[in-house]
Amino acid sequence: MTIKKTLLASAVGAAMTAAAIAPAAQAETTLSMAYDADPVSLDIHEQLSGGILQLSHMTFDPLVRWNKDLEFAPRLATDWEQVDDTTLRMTLREGVEFHSGNAFTAEDVVWTVERLKRSPDFKAIFAPIASVTAVDEHTVEFTTEKPYPLLLNLATYIFPMDSQFYSGEDADGDPKDEIVKNGNSYASRHLSGTGPFEVSERQQGVRVVFERHDDYWDEDSPGNVDKIVMTPISENATRVAALLSGDVDFIAPVPPNDLERIRNDDDTQLVTMTGTRIILFHMNQERVEAFQDPRVRQAFAYAINQEGIADRLMKGFATPAAQMSPEGYAGHVEDLAPRYDLERAQELMAEAGYEDGFEITMMAPNNRYVNDAKIAQAVAAMLARINVTVDLKTLPKAQYWGEYDDRVADMMMIGWHADTEDSANLHEYLTACPDADSGAGQYNAGNYCNPELDALVTEANLEVDLEARAEMLQRVEQTLHDEAAFIPLHWQDLAWASAANVDIEPVVNVMNFPYLGDLVVEEE
Amino acid sequence: MIAFLIKRLFHALLVMFVISVIAFAIQDNLGDPIQQMVGQSVPESERAALREELGLNDPFAVQYLRFAANAVQFDFGYSYVFNEPTTDVILRHLPATLELVAASTFLIIALSIPIGVYSAIRPRAWLSRFFMGVSIIGISIPVFLTAIVLIQLFAIGVSWSPFPADTGWGAWLNDLISTDGGMPAYGRGDPVPVFGTWETNFASLEGLTYLVLPAISLASIMLPLFIRLIRAEMLEVMQSEYVKFARAKGISLRRIYFLHALKNTMLPVITVGGVQIGTLVAYTILTETVFQWPGMGLMFLDAIERSDIPLIVTYLMIVGLIFVITNTLVDLIYGLVNPTVKLTGKPA
Repeated sequence: MTIKKTLLASAVGAAMTAAAIAPAAQAETTLSMAYDADPVSLDIHEQLSGGILQLSHMTFDPLVRWNKDLEFAPRLATDWEQVDDTTLRMTLREGVEFHSGNAFTAEDVVWTVERLKRSPDFKAIFAPIASVTAVDEHTVEFTTEKPYPLLLNLATYIFPMDSQFYSGEDADGDPKDEIVKNGNSYASRHLSGTGPFEVSERQQGVRVVFERHDDYWDEDSPGNVDKIVMTPISENATRVAALLSGDVDFIAPVPPNDLERIRNDDDTQLVTMTGTRIILFHMNQERVEAFQDPRVRQAFAYAINQEGIADRLMKGFATPAAQMSPEGYAGHVEDLAPRYDLERAQELMAEAGYEDGFEITMMAPNNRYVNDAKIAQAVAAMLARINVTVDLKTLPKAQYWGEYDDRVADMMMIGWHADTEDSANLHEYLTACPDADSGAGQYNAGNYCNPELDALVTEANLEVDLEARAEMLQRVEQTLHDEAAFIPLHWQDLAWASAANVDIEPVVNVMNFPYLGDLVVEEE
Repeated sequence: MIAFLIKRLFHALLVMFVISVIAFAIQDNLGDPIQQMVGQSVPESERAALREELGLNDPFAVQYLRFAANAVQFDFGYSYVFNEPTTDVILRHLPATLELVAASTFLIIALSIPIGVYSAIRPRAWLSRFFMGVSIIGISIPVFLTAIVLIQLFAIGVSWSPFPADTGWGAWLNDLISTDGGMPAYGRGDPVPVFGTWETNFASLEGLTYLVLPAISLASIMLPLFIRLIRAEMLEVMQSEYVKFARAKGISLRRIYFLHALKNTMLPVITVGGVQIGTLVAYTILTETVFQWPGMGLMFLDAIERSDIPLIVTYLMIVGLIFVITNTLVDLIYGLVNPTVKLTGKPA
């Protein structure tokens, strides 16, 4: 076991502080953990990715964050009120210090949002915010041009940065706050946040060491981990072996093939959860004329057995889907269930005049999603039963996305997780009418286009009455289902595993940002 | 001698040039580095700007000439992933790989010579047959599987109880076929810094325990090959006239085996060995991946996964260089062992 209870050299302490304070013998708790990859940079605005957000939650604090029930919990913002349709006022926590010792104020929030609006990755989702102003030391006001119902969702992405620390110029004369994708910026190597952990050592691709911030503001946090050593282990089998052998105490993700093995091991525990990442296939109407006929698309949708894939291929590690929005999202329609019905599929094909089927090409990645290549094979086999011959090609993710952007196959697989945890985002990227200028429908490889739905989503994004908004988004989801705009497969489940004494269940969540600051490691 | 080395230097440059051209020519098939740098929801306009900034839109010739102009000044570009010069990245990962290769080479030499010689001298002994049988199995198991099995046996541990555990003999037999585990399953632990970016695992006992399993897996590919090679060569030498004559003269068997016969056995072994060490560097990619050993192989696989083209090109060129260097060394050693071979083709 690597959780070492090292007695801090109390003798040294005694010698040094002999006269001052009585040295309390303190046990240090170290957590060794392994993810599949380490953060690409220490600059949390350099890339919008899961890895960077996981780092953000360890070293910074957001204004608000999601709790387990997908509700907002106050963090650096203690209170908020909607002043009018376009203004949100937030009260900030007092007495918070950054790792550098600087005090956290409203100016830091303003500075951070302005930097987010410059970041190539974040500026699109922060576009609705017109301005941020510091009303006083601990109050900020967000103004939007039009009413925007998702401001709090955006606030989960605002991790106030230490504006003083990141201002000025570094040794090379470059501004410390510049955001550089491929280079050595100051912010990519230095970090000062308000979060529970400071980065004390980092060797890219080898390990990152975090030490608990002594003056962390959240004194109610039950977290008792003093030090985290994070090692990237990309090989699934090795990551699991490292946990089983006791070399590490916490791993994620857990490959589905090893779930049973970890569940059956007395020294380890497994936590799984229904995820929010939808896996789906697009049917390209521009490349295949038959896909313009809704009956053909419906036939395809009826021919796919989502439950079979989730049960057999994914070994229960997925939730079969009949829509994009997972439960908990505003647009989720309760009644939509997978509609596998082979006879109905064959009937529809006959009605559309394609009784003898046709030939299509299909493409999927083979190392991006859980079992992606196998899922594509299963779908191809299912389509054979409505006489559709599939020419399937699977590619590593490094090559796949270029092909995806060029829409080189008739059916292409994609998985999507809404950055805003909201249904509108799913529609905007996956099923909106493609428009290169506005960026709408950027990943709509089906070329499905229904201007009415686009208008409805635009309207929903101005609707501050959340119930009315949900109703609109549900209408969108229902129409997409009725017209079989795409073929939803499942929401990929999430899994984490740890040593038995590491209580990960309370800190993991559906966004896959474990709140490690609150992690409790029990003494053995 | 000097002429030979200069010739080899030109070889090395030629090899590196050819590799860099090939690597550049296929870079479009290595994936889109932009995709790896930005989040999925980033609009196409931002991607295009970044692509332009990195010069990825320029024609092949322009990109290659820009690279070559810098490369002759030993500037091989910046890694997209590590945000550092690629040579720095590789130099930092090189010691780990070299140590792993060194440990495996040591294992191979220490085991293959005695086993090979023994099974040549006593071809019919049951021990020789056992070694030959095991080496057949060893050569046919992929290194990936060997590594996973080693981790399961010695890092995680297995407990089998096919025998009744409540009887004394049953418990003893169960213990015999079960393992405790406890060996480190991944990584290098805390290697001791030597100087600069060079950290070593050889300096402490704990460091060595991290080396054991990866080194055994890596050695498992070459070991059977060398045992068989040494055995075959030795058998042949034993049939030669001079060995028969030495026997007739009454020279002690030990002297014949280990002085006269072994020396001639080693000639082809050195040639093959040199080439195989280069191959060993290539096999480190698999071993390092399974053991998360932070060396060049793991780095290379990571670079491929993230389409880090500058790093891929530099790595390939350096591996080409390593091949040329090991071949040169082999030729030099060969000249020492067998003075009748002349390296430059001129009278020595």
